[in-house]
Order: sequence, then structure tokens, then C-alpha cells
Amino acid sequence: MRKVIAILLLFIIGYYSLDVLLKIPFGESAGGVGKHYLESTIKETGAVNSVTAIVVSYRGFDTLGEVTVLFLAATGLGAILYDKKAKKRALQNASVIVKTSSKIIYPLIALLGAYVFVHGHLTPGGGFQGGAIIATGVLLMFISYRSFETNHKALSIIESLAGMTFVTIGFAGLIYGTSFLQNILPFGIPGELFSAGIIPLIYIAVGFKVGAELTALLDNLLKTIK
Amino acid sequence: MNWLTIVVVILSIVLIIAAVFAVYQKDLLLAVIGTSAVSVVLSVLFYILQAPDVALTEAAIGVALTTIIFVITIKKTKRFEE
Amino acid sequence: MIYYATSILLILIGMYAVLVKKNLIKIVIGLSIVDNGIHLLLIAIGYVKDGTAPIFSKPGLQASQMVDPVPQALVLTAIVIGLAVTAVALSLIIRLYDHHKTLNINKIRKLKW
Repeated sequence: MRKVIAILLLFIIGYYSLDVLLKIPFGESAGGVGKHYLESTIKETGAVNSVTAIVVSYRGFDTLGEVTVLFLAATGLGAILYDKKAKKRALQNASVIVKTSSKIIYPLIALLGAYVFVHGHLTPGGGFQGGAIIATGVLLMFISYRSFETNHKALSIIESLAGMTFVTIGFAGLIYGTSFLQNILPFGIPGELFSAGIIPLIYIAVGFKVGAELTALLDNLLKTIK
Repeated sequence: MNWLTIVVVILSIVLIIAAVFAVYQKDLLLAVIGTSAVSVVLSVLFYILQAPDVALTEAAIGVALTTIIFVITIKKTKRFEE
Repeated sequence: MIYYATSILLILIGMYAVLVKKNLIKIVIGLSIVDNGIHLLLIAIGYVKDGTAPIFSKPGLQASQMVDPVPQALVLTAIVIGLAVTAVALSLIIRLYDHHKTLNINKIRKLKW
């Protein structure tokens, strides 16, 4: 009975949504806000990647909100799964092939993650992608070795310092410029590594913060297996 | 009907089949594999729609991290749905 | 056109799993599929025919040949927040299993006051 009512309701929702959506023209040119952001992204911010300029410079306050939500989720997960007795992780080491090759691949993955978040304003990439890649590399080491430990105190100090750097850069824009998160450093030549003002600095701080947070989240989850 | 349209139609059919498989399985590990298959095909579709930033984010977060936290939860609870 | 139909179908399949299924982990899987469908719909609306990625890689690219960059910035934020919601939901499920020893929502009906 419940299945029949659910299918009927979903059929009605799907039919009317599709009826409205097929009237939106597919593939028209961008108008309004999109066109203004595309035309004035090199003059006003100096970054070559337009999506990075929108996420960090035009809508930088929303990025601050997103970093806060991720911090709250990692803290909430640590608080819900809190246990006073520390438990061990997996029951056995992995095989020899996995152990040897994960020792070789782990520094290369960390290097790739750092490259992605440093060059965020020139190529596709940025802070969130680089932090996720670094967390995946640490996860590979967690799975292969039973005794690979990370220092929780160091991770939490890195995360707090990176978050405070973001807010301090914003306040520097308020003191030396006109508004919060204003671009106050010189722009440089578009296309070089040291260009676009404060955008690389903010993305480096976000990359460190997201990488440390996701590593602490995975460590909390993996330590609770009996 | 050039070849790009044919590739998009085939990928969309694979996407729908993987999503239906993920919802109808009783073994929860196979359902999680279906969810990560949806993420992989979606990442390719984002690249075809000329959005490389979003494709990189979906491939890094949706495939690796979501699957591992589902598998850890299944290990601590039951594997088969009643 | 194909993209709109695929994304609406993904949203409907995910919502069916949330409404009908009785296992808690299946409900969270359905929520994750709904998130993926919404992201596909947003990016498909911002597509421009014969456009290219919104990065000024060569010095001769015009702004009128590029796709819309605003939906891509929104979806970037939404993917990360979807991961955060899934992680907190799964940690609550682990705690519920420790207390009630079952994952069926018909049996977890009594709240203790």
C-alpha cells in the first residue's frame, strides 16, 4: 500500500517537473551575472581561472561559511563517536606488494595534492580538491600498515592555524582596503604563479585545513573498529 | 546524430541502471559499489559538459571518501538488509 | 534534453529509496543519489552550445565562447556539503546500532524519556 502511494506521488512530481524543464532552452548563451563575471575576471581579480575567482573573490564569504560547515561536521563526528578506551585498528597487515608500493606512491600523492591547491588560480583545481587528494593518500597508508599513526595534536594545530589565517587575511582587507576580503596585494601578470593578489594565499590555507580535517575524520572512524 | 550524442546516451543508460541496482540490492556492500559507480559516470558526464573543476571535485570526494565511510559503517553494523 | 531527463530520473529513484525502504543505510544511500541528481541538473542548465571551459588559457579566447561559470561555483560548494551531511548521518547510525541492536525503522519506534 505504501509502495503504491509512493510511486503515484513520484510519478506526478516527475511528470510536472519534466513538463516545465523541457521548456527551458538547452544551450543558450549565458546572460546577466555570468557574462559580467566572465568579461571582468582578469581586470578585477587577475586570476585566469574564472571559477576560482568567483569562489574566492566575488563570493568569498560563502566559502568561509562552507569551511565552517566542514569544521562543524568533523567536530560533530568526533564528539558522537567518542570513546574513552583507545582501540586498535585493523587486525592484520596487508600483503607485501601493497605494503611496498604504498610506501612509494604516498609521497607522490601528497605532491600531487599540493600542486593542485597551489596552482588553483591557473588550472582547474583548488583548495577542496587538493585537500581531498591528500586525505586519500593518508587513507592508503592507514589501510596498508597496522601501526601507522598520525599525531592528533599536530593535526588540530594545523587546522586551527589555517582557519585563523583565512580570517586574518579577510581582516587585513578591512584594515587596509574598503571591505572584508578585499584584494589588497598587487595583481601581477595574469598567467604567472605569483599573481592574482590574495587568491593563492587563501587557497593554500583552505587546502591545509581541508586536508587536516578529513584526515582526522578518517582516523576517528577507523579507530572504533573492534 | 554524431558520436558524442551516442556516447552521452550510453552513459546515461549505464547511470540509470547503476542507480536502480543500488536501490534494489539486499546485500549492502553491492549497493555501495553501485553508488560509487554512479559517482564515476557522473564525473565523466561533468567533463563532457565542459566543467573540469566540478569533475575533479566529484572524482576526489564522491568516489574515494564517500565509499570508504559507507564501508566502515557496514563493517560495524549488519551486512544484509532484513 | 537527455541531461534533464536523466537528472529527473535520478532524483526520483533516490526519493523512492528514502520513502519506501526500511533499512537506515539504504535511506542514506538514497539521499546521496538525490544529491548527485541535483548537481547534474544545475550544471546542465548552465551549458552553452559549442562552448569551452571557463579558463583563459590561451591569450586569444573570447568571453562569449565560454560556458556559464556561476553554476559550477555553486555545485563545488554543494558537493563538499553533501559529504559532510553523509558523514554525520552515518556516525549517528553507528551509535543507534550500538544502543538498539537493529537497523529497522519499524523497531526503533520507542524513544526513552
